[in-house]
Amino acid sequence: MPGKLKVKIVAGRHLPVMDRASDLTDAFVEVKFGNTTFKTDVYHKSLNPQWNSEWFKFEVDDEDLQDEPLQITVLDHDTYSANDAIGKVYIDIDPLLYSEAATVISGWFPIYDTIHGIRGEINVVVKVDLFNDLNRFRQSSCGVKFFCTTSIPKCYKAVIIHGFVEELVVNEDPEYQWIDRIRTPRASNEARQRLISLMSGELQRKIGLKVLEMRGNAVVGYLQCFDLEGESGLVVRAIGTACTLDKLSSPAAFLPACNSPSKEIKEIPFNEDPNPNTHSSGPSTPLKNQTYSFSPSKSYSRQSSSSDTDLSLTPKTGMGSGSAGKEGGPFKALLRQQTQSALEQREFPFFTLTAFPPGFLVHVGGVVSARSVKLLDRIHNPDEPETRDAWWAEIRQEIKSHAKALGCHAVVGYSESTSICEEVCILSASGTAAVLNPRFLQDGTVEGCLEQRLEENLPAGCGFCHIPYDELNMPFPAHLTYCYNCRKQKVPDVLFTTIDLPMDATVIGKGCLIQARLCRLKKKAQAEANATAISNLLPFMEYEVHTQLMNKLKLKGMNALFGLRIQISVGENMLMGLASATGVYLAALPTPGGIQIAGKTPNDGSYEQHISHMQKKINDTIAKNKELYEINPPEISEEIIGSPIPEPRQRSRLLRSQSESSDEVTELDLSHGKKDAFVLEIDDTDAMEDVHSLLTDVPPPSGFYSCNTEIMPGINNWTSEIQMFTSVRVIRLSSLNLTNQALNKNFNDLCENLLKSLYFKLRSMIPCCLCHVNFTVSLPEDELIQVTVTAVAITFDKNQALQTTKTHVEKSLQRASTDNEELLQFPLELCSDSLPPHPFPPAKAVTVEKASPMGEGNFRNRSTPSCANSTVGVVKMTPLSFIPGAKITKYLGIINMFFIRETTSLREEGGVSGFLHAFIAEVFAMVRAHVAALGGNAVVSYIMKQCVFMENPNKNQAQCLINVSGDAVVFVRESELEVISTQQPAANCQPACTGGEVTT
Amino acid sequence: MASELDIFVGNTTLIDEDVYRLWLDGYSVSDAVALRVRSGILEQTGATAAVLQSDTMDHYRTFQMLERLLHAPPKLLHQLIFQIPPSRQALLIERYYTFDEAFVREVLGKKLSKGTKKDLDDISTKTGITLKSCRRQFDNFKRVFKVVEEMRGSLVDNIQQHFLLSDRLARDYAAIVFFANNRFETGKKKLQYLSFGDFAFCAELMIQNWTLGAVGEAPTEPDSQVDDMDMDLDKEFLQDLKELKVLVADKDLLDLHKSLVCTALRGKLGVFSEMEANFKNLSRGLVNVAAKLTHNKDVRDLFVDLVEKFLEPCRSDHWPLSDVRLFLNQYSASVHSLDGFRYQALWDRYMGTLRGCLLRLYHD
Repeated sequence: MPGKLKVKIVAGRHLPVMDRASDLTDAFVEVKFGNTTFKTDVYHKSLNPQWNSEWFKFEVDDEDLQDEPLQITVLDHDTYSANDAIGKVYIDIDPLLYSEAATVISGWFPIYDTIHGIRGEINVVVKVDLFNDLNRFRQSSCGVKFFCTTSIPKCYKAVIIHGFVEELVVNEDPEYQWIDRIRTPRASNEARQRLISLMSGELQRKIGLKVLEMRGNAVVGYLQCFDLEGESGLVVRAIGTACTLDKLSSPAAFLPACNSPSKEIKEIPFNEDPNPNTHSSGPSTPLKNQTYSFSPSKSYSRQSSSSDTDLSLTPKTGMGSGSAGKEGGPFKALLRQQTQSALEQREFPFFTLTAFPPGFLVHVGGVVSARSVKLLDRIHNPDEPETRDAWWAEIRQEIKSHAKALGCHAVVGYSESTSICEEVCILSASGTAAVLNPRFLQDGTVEGCLEQRLEENLPAGCGFCHIPYDELNMPFPAHLTYCYNCRKQKVPDVLFTTIDLPMDATVIGKGCLIQARLCRLKKKAQAEANATAISNLLPFMEYEVHTQLMNKLKLKGMNALFGLRIQISVGENMLMGLASATGVYLAALPTPGGIQIAGKTPNDGSYEQHISHMQKKINDTIAKNKELYEINPPEISEEIIGSPIPEPRQRSRLLRSQSESSDEVTELDLSHGKKDAFVLEIDDTDAMEDVHSLLTDVPPPSGFYSCNTEIMPGINNWTSEIQMFTSVRVIRLSSLNLTNQALNKNFNDLCENLLKSLYFKLRSMIPCCLCHVNFTVSLPEDELIQVTVTAVAITFDKNQALQTTKTHVEKSLQRASTDNEELLQFPLELCSDSLPPHPFPPAKAVTVEKASPMGEGNFRNRSTPSCANSTVGVVKMTPLSFIPGAKITKYLGIINMFFIRETTSLREEGGVSGFLHAFIAEVFAMVRAHVAALGGNAVVSYIMKQCVFMENPNKNQAQCLINVSGDAVVFVRESELEVISTQQPAANCQPACTGGEVTT
Repeated sequence: MASELDIFVGNTTLIDEDVYRLWLDGYSVSDAVALRVRSGILEQTGATAAVLQSDTMDHYRTFQMLERLLHAPPKLLHQLIFQIPPSRQALLIERYYTFDEAFVREVLGKKLSKGTKKDLDDISTKTGITLKSCRRQFDNFKRVFKVVEEMRGSLVDNIQQHFLLSDRLARDYAAIVFFANNRFETGKKKLQYLSFGDFAFCAELMIQNWTLGAVGEAPTEPDSQVDDMDMDLDKEFLQDLKELKVLVADKDLLDLHKSLVCTALRGKLGVFSEMEANFKNLSRGLVNVAAKLTHNKDVRDLFVDLVEKFLEPCRSDHWPLSDVRLFLNQYSASVHSLDGFRYQALWDRYMGTLRGCLLRLYHD
């Protein structure tokens, strides 16, 4: 009996009127966990009942604690007929299961009903008493921390980054069970919500077990997704990166609330080995190898099936042993071999992280991706999800071999997704092939001297751009030059990646959001024929998306893409491709050549004129963009670098009928890499269309920037004003003679208009940057296209933004060098907290000033009005892993919520827009309420993973499913931090999260 | 390519003050878009009409969802669905309950019933305020009335507590509720020159002095007292006012009063002769108004009577306001020197308020 769950129902407020006669409600509450149910007394005739119940106690296994949600149902008592349900609250108690997170969940939760939405609120207190469990063969994994954040969470440091963990569970979808024909929509929705909640709990527990096997204590970059496969079932799958994290003994030590014991903070620094350099050199036998092989009780199908067979497909030595760069050749090889040995114990050397501790990322090869089209069939035995497992194993294997081909032994920024239409499913995986520093992958296997040499050899700010593959034996034709930064190593002319821009990268100018959009019509077909048709179309889509990206990148005068995410969605009669990335100009890479247009019929005079007109327009646009994004790289004469001068004759014919038989869609992007001057040949109307569409993308209005990465390159002075938002648009295509061109135009307009609307709506925040812009596209029905955007708008300080790029570069160089020094002294101090100075150093400078006694007064004054008359604390939400101008002092656990909302009175609720608007607002509210109840004041790394909307206007019905996740945190404003530190003795016992309490 | 669905939801609810005003003013989405276009916003921002349409729709939807909460403002503060900074919440509430001068003059003193609501069409045509806006304002009046009707204690405090309005606006609502409850006639042609501010000023004085709450002592037996403290005039006081009649009925008293006033004001008043000639008429008017207040109908006509019996005669003789003030001060004070008059306290309670009202109402 390893756990006791205690629940107290305090009160309700704003309940709906359930008794028309009295205009009041006789409410009571059922508290259910597992199979045990408790009830409160009925509180008669009130819309604001005060139950003040006893503590309901559930004695349960910790396995159940992890899997089951606490279910609270509010009902209206009826003497004569059945009690009416008012609504439910599901509380995930996982955050209470590890010591550093929340200790109590207490607060007002919206009472949610899948038909009526939020109906009042209920005040609940939840606690858990955990007993120590010494059973080694346990099924639970309490204590493993989960983070959605795709970097090492602030206030932790990574001791070891173990690697990839994945799991999936399947079940029948209650919506498709026979019983659904006779039960109410409400019952069906609730069954679904409950099942998904259970499945995600189970999934998390299983992932946790794998982490414990790997001797980790946390999962970072945890991404959990649902596949609603309809008739064939429901799949919940998750991937993440197992790590061993240590809590930092940072200045935050004085901040924790009274209830969190301060001893854990003090002790931890002694746990780690202060100096790994003293470790005995030589390849010590890695322990992980063994732990991996015995998975305790259940055998996970994938592990057993793929570990031996698939690995043999690709030679284990791969490119690694054969490669030798000219300069650091032998050294590089040595490094590679060691890393390789560290990584090859792993089945999949994948990392879901997109940002890394300094020195972790050595080289980046490029984007690797793989897709496969599958036909769904009914999952016969939910306990053996072998088919789905095998599908993903196949794709991961492909990714792994692609990475090998690029001379890389690891994949970073890795993610997986699906698109389902009827019985066809496209599985996609993508990431960035990379060479990693083995130092973080294992403890004690690396020699100190090697490390030091590595640091010396790697020039700051450009190392990651240097090619990891062998120059003489390139996996694809690419155009290489010497690095423009260090002049020593070779770099490609463009670089595509799925990760965030590394902190120490030297960037010239600002970045911008670059999107490629594409539609392709497809004949309606059934089963096999459909799948074949889709498979045939995929390579072309991928190819064209890459062409578009490349063209747009060049049009912006930039040479690298970060955060690349290509989404291919399948509908009944079309495929959509949407690629988003953030373009930047990397100082290490060569200046991109322009775009040249070539006509096909050079004899025609007027045609020639037209062509030259177009050419002029393109050149003008490039020049304008360079100005707009402040791209003015220092002039370097080519001779000094000695790079081959680009030959203008190199041209690519972009024929539509290229490589028909190719399944290999991975490296198509890079195949363009060889052209310095990019030539577009206008040989048909299609190509004409392409050129036009290139020019139709309107830049954001002045004062606005946008990117889909965490931070905007070139802007580093964020203010604390942030606004997270979700915008959804659905358009109906006129079904009459749709052509690919018309479709493309519609889709393009949809996205462009959506962006324009966002710029307009957020105009009061100028100067402002839309960060982490995340577009998702889906095709819910025949003629419908749905685009969902989530992003955060952050205001920055215009004056400080005028800092020249030069100082920025200097700063980053300087910073990088100090980092190196630090690393030499304390090689394991990988505190990610040493990173943030980069995004907002000016803010810090300001706070120092405020630390004077005067600042204290300011603080009081500012906090007074905000808490004067509102009882609801503000909870910030952001898709970023940080909060500008603030310091995250505590992670309270992950938020992972799934909601269904249905209506049978669509018109009355304001049509589809009214319905979805209200639902999304409610979802935000429920997320905020849960965070507040955990004692937090923000959600970071927030993501809306799914927003499935279905409507039937004729029946006046609509249904929507939303899945969101993020990390609940406590943050303290940097300005307040200073104040608190000056009056530390007094403020010692003060909860850090409620700024309002400091009022006098 | 019609947009089937188009929404924007922020973690902090976006409130555009200009659009809020248009919504409150009852414009349809298309009218609001047209008005925004005319304001030159497209040129300023480089947006398109489609963007403006979508933005306006979004805001209107938000306001519609907020409206339910605005009906009970404390709910807006405690709800969890919309995260709105407190200053914005205050703005939303204040603007929602703000009313148009033209509209309030039409319904002031009328019964806030379905019958009046039916007349909103006419009011809308007459004032040029959209019917939707008229309805909102009318419903606000009615809602505030219903909530505070049965409550004890200060009217202004009650309104402020339950509707979280600013002090100024709460006072205005107190006046509206007070007028509606006592059904004072304000619509007659003679009264058209008076502003809402004039009436609100009078209402405040009357609430302070003429109601039960004004006496300052709670009724001895709480249950026996069914009248509302601040909304109903003190019946006993009105009954007593009959006693003042002696001031004009007793000829000696009237003459003495006149001579006291005339002696004091001789040489100080520009319109002395007119005052002297008119004294008895004016005094009769003021005292008779008091004596009649026992009848509900006459209570309703209070302002009509004051205008007819006092303000119009003064105005026709072109009394300057300073002279009216001097006269009324002297007129009230002189009564204290009338030995035969026993109702000094009653007189002060009556004339103190009335003097304030008359001075406020005396203008063109």
